[in-house]
Amino acid sequence: MKWIMEDKKEIFLKLQQDILVWQGFKPQAGGKAECVGLGEIEQAFPGGTFPKRAIHEFITVLPEHSAASDGFIAGLLAVLMQEGAACVWVSTARRLFPASLSLFNVEPERIIFMDVKTEKEVLWITEEALKCEGLSAVVAELNNLSLIESRRLQLAVEESGVTGFILRKDASKAASTVATARWKISPLLTNVESGLPGLGFPRWQVELLKVRNGNPGSWVLEWAGERFEQVENVRKVAEVAAWSEQEDRQIG
Amino acid sequence: MQRRFVSIWFRQLLADWQLIRRPELAEVPFVFAAPDHGRMIITAVSPLAAGSGVEPGMRAADAKAICPGLEVLDDKPGRPRNLLRGLGEWCVRYSPIVAIDEFGMDGLLLDVSGCTHLWGGEREYLKEIVSRLKGKGYTVRVAIADTPGAAWAVSRFGKVTPLIPVGGHTEALLGLAPEALRLDEPVLARLRKLGFYQIKSFVAMPRSVLRRRFGEDFLFRLAQALGTEDEVLIPLQVPVPFQERLPCLEPIKTRTGIEIAINKMLESLCKRMQAEGKGLRSGVLTGYRIDGKVVRVAIGTSGASHSVSHLFKLFQLKIDQIRPALGIELFVLDAPKVDDVEVPQEEMWTAKPGLDDQSVIRLLDRVAGKVGADVIHRYLPAKRYWPERSVSQAVCVTEKRLTEWRLEKPRPTELLKRPDPIEVMALIPDHPPKFFIYKGVRHQVIRADGPERIEREWWLDAGEHRDYYQVEDDQGGRYWLFRSGHYGGDQKYQWFIHGFFA
Repeated sequence: MKWIMEDKKEIFLKLQQDILVWQGFKPQAGGKAECVGLGEIEQAFPGGTFPKRAIHEFITVLPEHSAASDGFIAGLLAVLMQEGAACVWVSTARRLFPASLSLFNVEPERIIFMDVKTEKEVLWITEEALKCEGLSAVVAELNNLSLIESRRLQLAVEESGVTGFILRKDASKAASTVATARWKISPLLTNVESGLPGLGFPRWQVELLKVRNGNPGSWVLEWAGERFEQVENVRKVAEVAAWSEQEDRQIG
Repeated sequence: MQRRFVSIWFRQLLADWQLIRRPELAEVPFVFAAPDHGRMIITAVSPLAAGSGVEPGMRAADAKAICPGLEVLDDKPGRPRNLLRGLGEWCVRYSPIVAIDEFGMDGLLLDVSGCTHLWGGEREYLKEIVSRLKGKGYTVRVAIADTPGAAWAVSRFGKVTPLIPVGGHTEALLGLAPEALRLDEPVLARLRKLGFYQIKSFVAMPRSVLRRRFGEDFLFRLAQALGTEDEVLIPLQVPVPFQERLPCLEPIKTRTGIEIAINKMLESLCKRMQAEGKGLRSGVLTGYRIDGKVVRVAIGTSGASHSVSHLFKLFQLKIDQIRPALGIELFVLDAPKVDDVEVPQEEMWTAKPGLDDQSVIRLLDRVAGKVGADVIHRYLPAKRYWPERSVSQAVCVTEKRLTEWRLEKPRPTELLKRPDPIEVMALIPDHPPKFFIYKGVRHQVIRADGPERIEREWWLDAGEHRDYYQVEDDQGGRYWLFRSGHYGGDQKYQWFIHGFFA
């Protein structure tokens, strides 16, 4: 009897792994983990790997949040586009400033922007682009994404292996998509050496709201010029020297 | 436009050709002979042999008796035509319309209307042709006139000048022998018998008289030389357009039918383009409906392509725009713009994906076909500081950047298309603001960096400079603010928000 149980367990494990593969999670093959530079956050995903064959959703309601998400995605693109493949950025009202991407180690000329008029066109282009194997990633700025639409995108991704990033402006219908991961990136106060003027490295509260077969969580991350760096102990806002203390400094 | 024609006469086409091939024959008299009724009849004579009295039409045995040491070479029928075809194709550099002179089979006729000025005039044009052909080893006589017939006549029989001015061809013909009119030997013999040794002696005669004595063909040749009858030159190289036609037995009105038609036409068109190493850049599908109306859709590609499946997909996006109504009875597929195709290397050499990846190019074509080519943008760095103009649009997908992207100054990840005015409280002039109000929300500034002064490009537009500050509010939001103009009591200045940092 026990022997049968063991056997069943093995079958379950095998089935679970198969399902993961079908859902776009690559098993860690041959010891060579595909790292995207997110450090500890990658452990939240099944198998400890950032899923590349997947749709990642970013909730961006405020412009500050969407700017932070742009920066976070740009940092990921730097790794995804390393092999030379291009990226497509689809939007109806794009505000992304191409020149700023070079700060995140992305060559802006390798991103093809498609600025269309309607949401429908964004969806059509996104789906077509996700089917295109010569691309490394597709970023789409959308207001809304229905369950059926997201499923179509997920199917396209599973076929081609292109990573999809959806920037969603609308948070109310947040629960109804099949995206593999849902993120929320909010800006945090930067950290500078005490007494020094100016701003530090861009710092974000990275919230993984939903991840299929993984563990959601929240981290503080910084773009340290070249790569992401996790910040362990965040100082409270109150600790930061107030503006009044710096008023006597010389600027410029 | 005034039409002008050039006639090039190769005086000793075969002899010159043989001398080019075998320079050692320069010292030897030689002739070409072909068998005719069991005898060898001379067809072409070298200049040296002609000097000793050998003429075409003689028997080779007789010629050998006149000219000892004469070399007789075999002539092949059709050889002059082949030579002229080769020379004519070379002459396409002078004019797109080059025809073989079918009457004498020893010359070329060129329609040079509107070509001569490219060489600096008709005299230079003719000089260039003569000297280039002479350099190759051919002795030629050329002439230019308003009609092919007159140019032909002057190049062979003219004694004064090869340059016949506009409208002067009749006058130039008057003094020439009737042979200059490209007439057959029986007609020429009759003319000689009647004492017509010059064209002017019969050109003014009534047509009915001439027709009765010399036939319709004589009048036709005369009219061609004088220009009253049009002469059509048959060009050696006819530019064949990339076009496919598909007449339908039954009028087609379904989507499936149209798809089959497109596929069929694309297959044969792509096969042809592939053979010529061409690819389609733009295509037009025209459907002729049975009610007399014409429906038309067009596609464009960003790179030359002769792939049936790709082009078919592009047309597929446009099928909705075709209204077949009662049915389409004739499809015509045109490729008005074709380009050379870069033959893709084997898969193993192009392992590295990039912007010019075939699948990416196809994606761009599909997007351009469905939504429009103007939605696709790519940006390159520009050598300018003014933020709105610091990126320039790339013209094509393969354009490389000429300068590096600037990294030394912070630039926001999101830039507003036009700066939004904000309300600001700043304690001291030339300091960053203490707080600002944007869209009704008050942002308390915690940290700031700046100013970075960017001068306006005064040679393009007038206005104030901008002093940019990078600020961070108590919520962690990072903004790019600027003050337009100097601080000052009487001067106007205004604060704006221009972007959001990551």
